Amino acid sequence: MPLDSDADLSGEVPKLFGSRRSQFFAGRRGTVASTISVIVVMAAIVLVVYRAPGAAEFRSYFFNFHKMWISWAGDPAKGISAIGRALFTNIWMFMIGEVLILVLGLSLAWIRISQSPVLLPFRILATVFTDVMRGLPTLLVIFIVGYGLPALELPLVSHLPLAVYGVIALTLNYSAYVSEVIRAGIFSVPNGQLLAARSLGLTHRSTMRRVILPQAVRTVIPPLLNDFISLQKDTALVSTLGAIEIFQAASISQSTLFNGSGLVVASIFFLALTVPMTRFTDYLMARDRTRRLANA
Amino acid sequence: MDDVVLELESVVKRFGDNEVLRGVSLALHRHEVVCLIGASGSGKSTLLRCSNLLENIDGGSITLFGQPLEDKRIDPDQVRRHVGMVFQSFNLFPHLSVLDNVLLGPVYALKRKRADVREEALDLLERIGLRDRADEFPDRLSGGQQQRVAIVRSLAMKPSLLLLDEVTSALDPTLVGEVLDLLTDLAHHGMTMLIATHEMNFARDVSHQVVYLEKGVLVEQGTPEQIFTNPQHEATKKFLERVR
Repeated sequence: MPLDSDADLSGEVPKLFGSRRSQFFAGRRGTVASTISVIVVMAAIVLVVYRAPGAAEFRSYFFNFHKMWISWAGDPAKGISAIGRALFTNIWMFMIGEVLILVLGLSLAWIRISQSPVLLPFRILATVFTDVMRGLPTLLVIFIVGYGLPALELPLVSHLPLAVYGVIALTLNYSAYVSEVIRAGIFSVPNGQLLAARSLGLTHRSTMRRVILPQAVRTVIPPLLNDFISLQKDTALVSTLGAIEIFQAASISQSTLFNGSGLVVASIFFLALTVPMTRFTDYLMARDRTRRLANA
Repeated sequence: MDDVVLELESVVKRFGDNEVLRGVSLALHRHEVVCLIGASGSGKSTLLRCSNLLENIDGGSITLFGQPLEDKRIDPDQVRRHVGMVFQSFNLFPHLSVLDNVLLGPVYALKRKRADVREEALDLLERIGLRDRADEFPDRLSGGQQQRVAIVRSLAMKPSLLLLDEVTSALDPTLVGEVLDLLTDLAHHGMTMLIATHEMNFARDVSHQVVYLEKGVLVEQGTPEQIFTNPQHEATKKFLERVR
C-alpha cells in the first residue's frame, strides 16, 4: 500500500458518527446502565432474603424489631447490656487510641529515619518493635496485653479496666502500621526539598518539622484514615477480654434471647461509625487527585 | 591572599567506583564571579555540593574563609548559613507562600524575629518585581519567577558566597533572560558567586574567571577572553565548538 496521505483525502470523507443505536444511548448511557444495574442487584438481594428456603427463620432471627429494641436499650433483669451504652466504650477506645497511635507512630517513624549515632539502639528497637507488631495478629496482642499486664500484679498497671488494656494493645499494634505509613509519606517528599532546606542552614530537626513533615502529611492522611477505619472495627476484638463494648453487648443479647437481631444492631452502629470516615477518606483522596492532575 | 573566600586543593570525590572529581584545585576571591563550564557529568554540580558540605570529599581539601571544611569542629549548618545555593529545579517549598519561602531560612536557621525579617524579604521581592505575589504559592508562578524567588530565598540569608547549579537549565528559553539579568545585577553589586552553567554568553559577560571541567578534571582556567577567544587546550576548543 503506498504511503500517500493525499490519496486518502481525495477519496471519501471518513464517517465520524456512531450507529443509530449508539446515538440513542449517547449521553444517556450512564444513567440507563446504572439504573438497570441498581434494580438487578436490589432484586437479587430481596429475592434471596424472601425466597430462600430458610427465609422466614432468617428474618425472624436477624430482623425481630422488638428484640432489636431490647438489645439496643438493654434489659438488666436478663443481664443484657445496652448496645446504646456499650457503643461509647468503642468510641472512647478508638478516639484515645487514635491519638496515642499517632504519637507513638510518629515517634517510631522519627526514630527509624534519624541518622544520629546516639539513637542507634533506639533505631534497632524501633525496627524490631514494628516487625513484631506487624507480624502478630491483633487478637493475639490483645490477649497478651489483656492477660499479661494483670498477671504481673504490678501496682496500678495490673488493675486497669479491661477496655484500657484493649486500647494499649491496639495502640501497640496499630502504631507499627502507622509508623510505616508516615515513613512512606516522608520518603515521598522529593529529595530536592531536603537539599534546599539544608542548604539554607536549617538543622535536620527544623528541616523535618518545617519542610518535610508538612508535605508528608498531605500524602499520608488518606492511608492513615484507612488504618483508623480498621481500628474502629477492631475495637470489637477487645470483647475477647470481656469488656462490654458493642459486639460483646450484642453477643450477650444473642445468647440470652436466642436471637441475632442484636448483631444487626451492632452492625448498624459499626457502619454508622465507619462509613462517614470512609466517605471522608474518599473525598480527601479525590481532592488530592484533582490537585495533582491540576499541577501536572 | 586575604580575600580568598573558597579554595579547593586537589579535591577528589567518588561515588562508589565512579571518580567524579579527580584532583580539582580552584580559588575564588571576594567579589569574584567564577563560571564552571563543561558537559553534563563533568563534575560541576558535585564541585558545588562539596563546597557547602552537601557532599563530603574523599581527598584533598576545601577551605572556606580560611577554615578547612574537613575539620571536625566545623558545623555544616553553620557553613550553609553563609553559603547560599540555588538549584536547577528551584526546589521552592510548595506548602509555603512566596514570602514564607524567603523567611524560612532567616527565621528558623538564623533565629531572627519574623517581624524583623519581613520588611527585608519584601524589599528583596520588590527587587525582582514580585512583591505583590508575596502571599501566593510557588505553583502559581512561572518557572522564571520561581527561580528568581529561589535566588532571593538564598539572598535573604545574606550569604558571603552564592553557589548556582545550572539555574536556567530547567527553564523555558523565553524565561532564561530574567534569571540571568538578576544574576548579572548581583554580580555588579559584588556578590561572590560560583556558577555552573551552560549559558556561554552569560559566562563570557559576567565572570572574572571561567573554568572548563571535563570528566572531573580541571582542564583549563582563565579570563573569559582567554577561554572563549583563545582556548589553549584541544578539549576546551572542542567543547566550545560543540556548544556554539
